[in-house]
Amino acid sequence: MQLTNRSKVVSKKEMTLMERMYLPAIFSGMMITFSHFFRKKPTIKYPEQTRAFSGVYRGQHVLKRDENGAERCTACGLCAVACPAEAITMTAAERQPGEENLYREEKYAAKYEINMLRCIFCGDCEEACPKEAIFLTDRKVDTMYNRGSLNFGKDILVESRENPIDLSKRQTPAVKEFKKDMHFQHNQTHDLNTRTEMKSENPRPVQKKKPGNS
Amino acid sequence: MITYLFYFLSFLAIMFALMVVLSKNPIHSVLYLVLTFFAIAGHYVLLNAQFLAAVHIIVYAGAIMVLFLFVIMLLNLNKETEPHKSIWLKASAAVASGLLLLVLVGSLRNAELITAANPYNPSIGLIENLGQTLFHEFLLPFEVASILLLGAMVGAVMLGKKNIK
Amino acid sequence: MGLTDLLVYKGIMVLAVFAITLLVATYSTYAERKIAAFLQDRIGPDRAGPFGILQPLADAVKMFMKEEMIPSVSNKTLFILGPSVAMLTACLTGVVIPWGSSLWINGTEYPLQITDLNIGILYLFGVISLGVYGIMIGGWSSNNKYSLLGGIRASSQMISYEVAMGLSIIALVMTTGTLSLRDIAAQQYGWHWNVVYQPLGCLIFIICAFAETNRAPFDLPECETELVGGYHTEYSSMKLGFFLFAEYINMFISSAVISTFYFGGYNMPFVGRWVHDPNWLAVLGIVFLFVKISFFIFFFMWVRWTLPRFRYDQLMNLGWKILIPLSIFNIVITGFVMYFTGHLN
Repeated sequence: MQLTNRSKVVSKKEMTLMERMYLPAIFSGMMITFSHFFRKKPTIKYPEQTRAFSGVYRGQHVLKRDENGAERCTACGLCAVACPAEAITMTAAERQPGEENLYREEKYAAKYEINMLRCIFCGDCEEACPKEAIFLTDRKVDTMYNRGSLNFGKDILVESRENPIDLSKRQTPAVKEFKKDMHFQHNQTHDLNTRTEMKSENPRPVQKKKPGNS
Repeated sequence: MITYLFYFLSFLAIMFALMVVLSKNPIHSVLYLVLTFFAIAGHYVLLNAQFLAAVHIIVYAGAIMVLFLFVIMLLNLNKETEPHKSIWLKASAAVASGLLLLVLVGSLRNAELITAANPYNPSIGLIENLGQTLFHEFLLPFEVASILLLGAMVGAVMLGKKNIK
Repeated sequence: MGLTDLLVYKGIMVLAVFAITLLVATYSTYAERKIAAFLQDRIGPDRAGPFGILQPLADAVKMFMKEEMIPSVSNKTLFILGPSVAMLTACLTGVVIPWGSSLWINGTEYPLQITDLNIGILYLFGVISLGVYGIMIGGWSSNNKYSLLGGIRASSQMISYEVAMGLSIIALVMTTGTLSLRDIAAQQYGWHWNVVYQPLGCLIFIICAFAETNRAPFDLPECETELVGGYHTEYSSMKLGFFLFAEYINMFISSAVISTFYFGGYNMPFVGRWVHDPNWLAVLGIVFLFVKISFFIFFFMWVRWTLPRFRYDQLMNLGWKILIPLSIFNIVITGFVMYFTGHLN
C-alpha cells in the first residue's frame, strides 16, 4: 500500500563513476545543511519567553479562603477519594472557639498535603470539592532539589490573605457554565470571583448531574 | 657552546638507549627509543643536516615506532607471559654480546677522525645539495635501495596472504 | 637587529602565536556548538553572556572544577603523559606558519612568523606525525578495551593518511620548488593560488587533514556509538579538556596550513592596487589569513555536521586504495605538465 508519494523503490544497480566519486552527493548534502543554517529557529527561550497557556491549563493547586479570609476546606476528604493518583492526604481537626475567623466551618484540615510528584493535574479534586476550596491555577509547580520538598503542605497551598490567587483566568464563563449545574447549591452564595452575578443569574437551579461527568 | 650541546645530546641519547634496554615494560622501552631518536635528530641538526633530522623524526619516530607501539600494544606483553630463560641462554647471550662489544671497540680503536669535505658550508646538509648528490653521484645505489624496498614490500604481501594458489 | 631586539621580537611572536592559538581553539568550541545548533535548526548555547559568548569560559571552569579520576589499574605516568603530549604536539605546529608578510619598523624587517625553517613542510609533517603518540599512550595507559581500540584506530588511521598527505605535498613541492612555508606563501601573490595549479592535491590534502585531526567523518578513534569515548573514555577533568583542546588546536593549525599551502596564505588579490604601505599590507594580510582560517574552521564543522562517519574498512579502503593511487597519479601528472610546459630546469 502506498502511503505517501515520497517512497522510493530500492535499486541495487551499479553506481556510475560520477556517483562513485561521492563528491557531488557530498556537495548537495552540504548545501542542504547550509540551507538550514539560515532557517528560522523554532526554539522558545524558555524563562524569558513562554508559550501561551491554554485557557484551561491546570497547574499548582490553591486552597481558597472565603471573603472573610477563613479557610474554606472542611477536610471532608472527597478530593482525596477522587484523586486517581492518590496524591492528597489530610488530617481533620475541630475548630476551637475563637478560631471562627480562621476556619469557616466547625471542621477544618489541620494538615493538607499534595504530593506534586504523584499529582497528574487532572483536576478531579477541584471537581470533587463541595466547598469550592481547592482549585488548580495557572501557576507552574516549581522545581525542587529533593523529593521531600515536593510534598506541598498547607503553607504553600493555602492562599495568603493579602494577595489572594486570581482564578479568573481559568474560571472562564464557559467553565462556570459547565460547573454550575453540578455544584452544591449551598456554596453558591460564597462563589469566588463572581459571587454576586451567579446569585442573581442562577437562583438555586435544580441539582442535577451532567451526563458523562460523575 | 656547540660542544656542550653535543655532550648533552650524547648523554641524553646514551641514557635513553640504556633505559630502552633496562626498563621492564616494553611500552616504556618503545617510548624511550623514541626519545633516543629525538636526541639523534638533535645531533643531525648540530651537523647542519636539518633535512636528515626532519626525515629521521618523520620516518623513525613518526612512522616506524608508531608501528612498533601498535604491535606491542596488541601483543599484551607483561611479566606473566614472558618466557623463562635458562641460565645457559643468558650466559651465551652475555658471551655473544661481549664479543660484539670487543669487535666494535677493536674497530673503533684504529678509526681515524674523518674531516668533512667542506665543514663551514652552512648549506651542506640542505635538501638541494642532498638531492644533487643523491641523483648524480649516487643514483645507482639510490635506485637499488628502492628496488630493495619494493622486494621487501612484495615479500610482506606474500607472507600476508593466507593461501596463494 | 641586536640580540636583545631579536629576543624581544621572538618572544613577542611566540607569546602572540601561543595566545592566539589558544584563543581561537577556545572559541572554536563555542563556534562548533553554535554551528552544530544552527545546522540543526537549534539556537545553541546562549545563557553565558550575550549570545553565550562566555560559554568557553564556563566550560573551562567546569573542566577545572570537576573531579579528577585516574583509574587505579592504569599506568599513572603514561596516563598523565598522554594528554600532555597531545597538547604539546598540537601547540608546536604554529611555529613555522607565516601569519603575515613583514612589518617594517625603523627600517628593520620583522617577519610575522616565529621562525622560517628551510624545511618548514617537513617540520610540520614531523610534528603532525608525532601527534598520534598522545592518543596512543593515553589509550593504552587507561587499561580499558575501548580506550585501547580507540588508540589503535587512531594510530593506524593517522599512519595511513599520512602517506597520502605526504604524497600530495610532494606534488605541491614540485610546483613551488621550496620547502619553506614563507616562500610558498609569498609565491601565491594575486591569483597565483596553489589550488589553481594543484586542485587534486588540494582535495587530497584536505581529506587527509580531516583524517589527521580525527574530525568527522573520520572520527573513528572517538566514535561514541562503538567505543564509548574512544581513547579518552577514562579521562576526566582537565586531562579530557587537553585532549579535546588539542583537537581544536589541530583543526586551527590545519586550517592555517591549508590556507597557506593552497589558498594564498596572507595574500589577497587586488589589495596591492589600493594599499601601498607595507605595514598596512602586512596587517591586512593577517586579517585575510584569519578570514581564510575561519572559513576552513567553519568548513571542518560544516562537514562534521553533514556527513556520517565512515566504517573502518571504508576508511582504510579510501586511504590506501583511492587516495594514495590518486596522489601518485597527481605527482605523475604534475611532472608531465611541468616537463611539457618547460617549468623543469
